[in-house]
Amino acid sequence: MSQNQESTRILYCHCNYAQIISPEVKKEVLSQLCETNQAFDAVADLCEMAARKDPELQRLTQGGSVKIAACFPRAVKWLFSGASAPLNREQTEVLNMREQSPENILKRLKAKDLNPNLPEDNKPPQASEQPGKNQ
Amino acid sequence: MKLTESSKLRIVLLELEDQNQARDSAHFEYMQALLEKGFSVTRATPTGTTAPTDRSSLLVLGQFDKDQPPSDLQSENTEVRFEDSRHLNTEDVLALAEEIRETTSSFKHGDWKPWFPVIDYDRCTNCMQCLSFCLFGVYGVDDGDHIQVQNNDKCKTNCPACSRVCPEAAIMFPKYKSGPINGDKVGSKDLQREKMKIDISALLGGDVYDLLRTRSEKAKSRFSKERNPDKALNERVKCLNKLADSGDIPPEVLMSLPSPDVIQQRAQEAKEKADAALSRSQSKT
Repeated sequence: MSQNQESTRILYCHCNYAQIISPEVKKEVLSQLCETNQAFDAVADLCEMAARKDPELQRLTQGGSVKIAACFPRAVKWLFSGASAPLNREQTEVLNMREQSPENILKRLKAKDLNPNLPEDNKPPQASEQPGKNQ
Repeated sequence: MKLTESSKLRIVLLELEDQNQARDSAHFEYMQALLEKGFSVTRATPTGTTAPTDRSSLLVLGQFDKDQPPSDLQSENTEVRFEDSRHLNTEDVLALAEEIRETTSSFKHGDWKPWFPVIDYDRCTNCMQCLSFCLFGVYGVDDGDHIQVQNNDKCKTNCPACSRVCPEAAIMFPKYKSGPINGDKVGSKDLQREKMKIDISALLGGDVYDLLRTRSEKAKSRFSKERNPDKALNERVKCLNKLADSGDIPPEVLMSLPSPDVIQQRAQEAKEKADAALSRSQSKT
């Protein structure tokens, strides 16, 4: 489902503490973002912030819809959630720098519409609801 | 390192005028350098919005008329320092940011590689296998006896072993090389593979640590009989290599494991903790 979002924010994660995202991809995305006149937030490493339960993650969930250039949507969802800063599923689109090309990422970051793509919530069944599972 | 919440410094690159190519280039260089040093950076322009300001200390870099920063950026709740960036190169900006970080006692980044399990609660069934398995006290339960990551700084860097024993592939390590452990979608083949790994582990003797203990004891026994330290060491190395290959566990993690007795004790404690949580959870219903 696509939504028109005139004031969608952009959040860029530099994934600083591992070599899992190509430096060329990060450089291309960041430099092209700087060449636009677009305001945006950038963080060194969402994983590191989540590990410290950095209160800044809560700040980054506020302010309406957001496009996040980072990694897999499932990972991003639970990184924020694990730091008590859950993302709004209807207002979040994650662009995956591990898999998508810089061109496609920048196209989506510049687009005015929003394609929410966080995994749907599914309340976890408790152990007691699944007899025999833990035997 | 103890991970704690602490004050935070954020750098704001402020653009009040129309786009300027030379400034864009400088901003990219500033931003890249600052991010690589672990700082959070906001680029503020007349176009677009960013997340609202919090109580972080701010270093605002921009080109200010008559060296006066705009009054609407002043805040009573936040410590803000303005610097005219016209004559600053990237090294100057980094030095300035580092100086303010120190004076505001803000968190210093980069001392720890953020390697820790992230639980996908859409998939987790609270079976406690991860808690039983981990010997390093990474997992625990909350007040409602739900599994949670409690001590992520105790996790062994590059070791994804607990995600291998999760029957639902619910444990992610976002910095892992491949899916679904890296957060990629979980397919039915992934679930079969995960189960297979547990079966292999069981065949090898309950779990990898049990195998390690058994092999280590055998090696110790052989050492006492043969009086040959090289053979005992070779046996241990062979065993560790096999575990490293089968479970993708870094050899340095296996080599850093404590003595067999301590392993046994920790495994027992972890199992008791998991059993107790499951028992309480079941008695509530």
